[in-house]
Amino acid sequence: MQAFSLLQPTSTGDAIAAAQAHGTKYIAGGSDLMQLMKDNVEAPDQLVDLEKLQLTGIRTDSGGLRLEAMARMSDVAAHPAVQQRWPVISAALLASASPQVRNMGTIGGNLLQRTRCSYFRDTGFACNKREPGSGCPAIKGASRMLSVLGGSDHCIATHASDLAVALMALDATLELHGAGDTRREVPIGEFYRLPGNTPNIETVLAPGEMIAAVIVQDTPAARHSHYLKVRDRTSFEFALVSAAVALETSENTVRDVRVAAGGVGTRPWRLPEVEAALHGATLNDALLREASARAGVGARPTRQNEFKLTLLRRTVLRALQTAAA
Amino acid sequence: MPYIGQPIDRVDGHLKVTGRAKYAAEFAVLDVVHAVLVQSTVGAGAVLDFNLDKAKSMPGVLSIVTPQNALKLATKGGGPQTVRAPLLQDMNIAFNGQHIAIVIASTLEQADDAASRIQVKYRRDEPVTSMGSVLGQAYPPKQFRNGERPPDSMRGNPDENFSSGAAKVDATYVTPMEHHNPMEPHATIARWDGDRLTIWTATQGISGAQSTLAALFDIDPANVRVICPYVGGGFGCKGSTWPPATLAAMAAKIVNRPVKLVVTRAQMFTSNGYRPRTIQKLRFAADDEGRLVSMRHDGFSQMSLPMLGEFSEPVGLATEMLYSCPNVAVTHRLVPTNASLPTYMRAPGLASGNFALESAIDELAVALRMDPLEFRLRNYADADPHENKPFASKMLRDCYQQGADAFGWSRRSPEPRSMRDGNVLLGWGMATSTYPTHRMPASARVRVGANGTAVVQVGTQDLGTGTYTVMSQIAADTLGMPVERVQFELGDSTFPHAPVSGGSMTVASVGPAVLAACEAARDKLFDLALSDPRLASPGSDRAALRLQEGSVVGPAGQVPVAELFARHGQDFIEGSASAKPGAEQKQYAMHAFGAQFVEVRVDADLGEVRVSRFVGAFDSGRIMNAKTARSQLIGGIVYGLGMALLEETHVDAETGRIVNANIADYLVPVNADVPNIETILVNNQERNSNPLGAKGIGELPMVGVAAAVANAVYHATGVRVRELPIRIENLLT
Repeated sequence: MQAFSLLQPTSTGDAIAAAQAHGTKYIAGGSDLMQLMKDNVEAPDQLVDLEKLQLTGIRTDSGGLRLEAMARMSDVAAHPAVQQRWPVISAALLASASPQVRNMGTIGGNLLQRTRCSYFRDTGFACNKREPGSGCPAIKGASRMLSVLGGSDHCIATHASDLAVALMALDATLELHGAGDTRREVPIGEFYRLPGNTPNIETVLAPGEMIAAVIVQDTPAARHSHYLKVRDRTSFEFALVSAAVALETSENTVRDVRVAAGGVGTRPWRLPEVEAALHGATLNDALLREASARAGVGARPTRQNEFKLTLLRRTVLRALQTAAA
Repeated sequence: MPYIGQPIDRVDGHLKVTGRAKYAAEFAVLDVVHAVLVQSTVGAGAVLDFNLDKAKSMPGVLSIVTPQNALKLATKGGGPQTVRAPLLQDMNIAFNGQHIAIVIASTLEQADDAASRIQVKYRRDEPVTSMGSVLGQAYPPKQFRNGERPPDSMRGNPDENFSSGAAKVDATYVTPMEHHNPMEPHATIARWDGDRLTIWTATQGISGAQSTLAALFDIDPANVRVICPYVGGGFGCKGSTWPPATLAAMAAKIVNRPVKLVVTRAQMFTSNGYRPRTIQKLRFAADDEGRLVSMRHDGFSQMSLPMLGEFSEPVGLATEMLYSCPNVAVTHRLVPTNASLPTYMRAPGLASGNFALESAIDELAVALRMDPLEFRLRNYADADPHENKPFASKMLRDCYQQGADAFGWSRRSPEPRSMRDGNVLLGWGMATSTYPTHRMPASARVRVGANGTAVVQVGTQDLGTGTYTVMSQIAADTLGMPVERVQFELGDSTFPHAPVSGGSMTVASVGPAVLAACEAARDKLFDLALSDPRLASPGSDRAALRLQEGSVVGPAGQVPVAELFARHGQDFIEGSASAKPGAEQKQYAMHAFGAQFVEVRVDADLGEVRVSRFVGAFDSGRIMNAKTARSQLIGGIVYGLGMALLEETHVDAETGRIVNANIADYLVPVNADVPNIETILVNNQERNSNPLGAKGIGELPMVGVAAAVANAVYHATGVRVRELPIRIENLLT
């Protein structure tokens, strides 16, 4: 790790102002950033700690849910209204990391965690995301855990967040605060960028801009939402494949459905091809099978991870079956 | 009631849970400075040049050691296990992650920061990164089992008899490279006082560390003192004296200050060996009555380049002796790659070998349509068919019986995919476990004080296994005193010599020495007592006396030890003794045994395998402590579950660099992966193997676990997985 200075501002404005300086990064729970710094993947000159900003609110009203960026993963997961009205959020959080990490990890930090791609996290390898233009040995290398959707010739690193997958299935909005007291709202579906030929640029965040809150609508589909995570180890492991579904039916007809997948994409991946097959259709097991079989349009798997397409379809099916039951 | 066998608490347990047990890196050594290792990022070739300018200018940096200014180490002396490379003796690169420099600075942070700023110019050769591409270059090991036996064996004519079998298996099994990953990393503090070296280091063998460092630095072993009172797990990777310890000593000599060197978790993957990948080709045949007629087990294990040493994974050992079969061939070959030197890892050879052996036995049982337990019983070996000797003891039948009863094996429905619970397929599998009983010479000394306490010293180790506790029990029983009054000390090379704590042999080796030393002290005490008229009449001998609760008890009465000492003007008496294996080694074949039973739940669509029940029944000989024994059994079974379903070191095919050199990506079981584990120890009171009848317990419980799981997965799904770990993608049928 390289030496750095630490600022602990008490207002969002001060934090954003400080973050304009070159070589500065925000630190929230630190459960990801500290690892990256210890491994010399990140070497910021200055850290701006968000701990003292009082940004830990979890607010619900008839319209929906507002999670402030520094709300702890464990607190959100255990929140009764979240469990009742947005079960996919609670389930995705509880399937993340370990209790100790969830006690430190924050909502904003979780959404901005870096990929687990081992090539990215070891400076002994080349990596286009870490050092643009240096190459991507992962595509021909140990790619079992890497993405099958959204990759480019420059990068196939998987987006690792479970929460982001759940938020994709809820069409959540991110509230961003930037320099000069600017505020904007960005749908989560537009927040993450595909790697293309700039895999080092992962989101639409401007320099020094921060996620201040996550906003989720209260919908019937959200109340019948479900998260399913498939992995080698029962706990404390990133997804091989996961699926988040939100499903509203009435009179046995699908009124509203959103399906997103994790572990398969370079960003949390929405599956419109599955949703389209379900919308307005009569709900039965044959329909769910036919719809889930469409998942994975545009996939470009490697030899090591092509099984993920089969697993994706089966995971989506099981998640839909569970949500429909 | 004797202490031996009782489930007493660990005598060091309180120290450990309160953080007062001091591990190697935790000793406060005055003026200590910190070293960080720099490792190669190419898999083969050489360092052409270092650019150290930036690193040298960093605050606190005291020295940077590279092959260009490293101390030249002696090339003679030491034993077959002495690790001589890579120790910065030349610029060649044999594997990715090889140590190429040491940065020494006032603080750890300064050393680490400076290390990240070193620039290295390499000559890049193309590394050999997979066994498959060079299998044709396989060669027989030169020092198989340290040269104690040839790498191949044959009885009867297996190839001729293979074709006559009614049921056959001809299959290849693969086990992956695995890393030990003990909680405590390799850690060393080295201090030179003139040409005397004191080293605090995490090791399974202080005696080996002493002789290795003496050889490499060409000094008298008496001038090397090794201190290691606690080890935070070893599993084999602290058995040899690996480069980090040697390089810490080198760095300390160069900067003339005590140096602390703790390797990082990532460096643990290239600093201290691993379980090598194996490819095992098995050809087994049985007749129509279920009798084995032919067994051939050809084992290939991954090696480094030969210049780094030699280690071979003895995968065929159990195949030679576990079943009664007249025609058996076993071969062992090494396959050189650009990897670091492999080493012992918990149940070396047996863990990986028994995956193949016990999978193939299951496959034969399936082919014969015979219950796999019944098939094993039909081929039960009452005497060792390889060495043609009786076993010192073998209660494997009892293990099978008690394990099967506890598990409910008789209720198994034999057909694959025949047991289901909704989306989940259930599978029941079993396998046999065995591990050889080892013993080496050891010495001990004891001092019994007038206050009725005893201090026992042996230069052995406690890896977390319970050495402190069971040795205290042995001493307490022999000296007739409460175990709380015994202080057992270990982990200092100034204590009497003991072997490496490996091969599950510490109790069998050190225990008899402690027993003999305590008996010697006791006899001296009895000699004092025999002159006391209150205890003995003229003509009495020691046999008439016994020690009980701090007093000597004779036919005529009893006298407290303290009083006896006072009368004879003595503050203490001492006993010391050495113990070593004897004629029993020639007379008997010595092995521990066990039977593993497992239930798995496999998601029929998603392929996730979860272990839901486990029963292990074991014959480990006489048990010293039922509680520490159970901990060993549980730990071993969990280690086996990791091998079956999770553990694998991934190597980048192009660069030979380990991809998952961290414990987020190198998966070991977490609590949620481990079901309730029922352990059974059959009652074996033998004394043939050694004076204590202990057959070793650390490695036995992990042997056979992977095969039992693979056999259960077959039973659940109908899919036979012959390569570990068993993965979701194997089961997406």
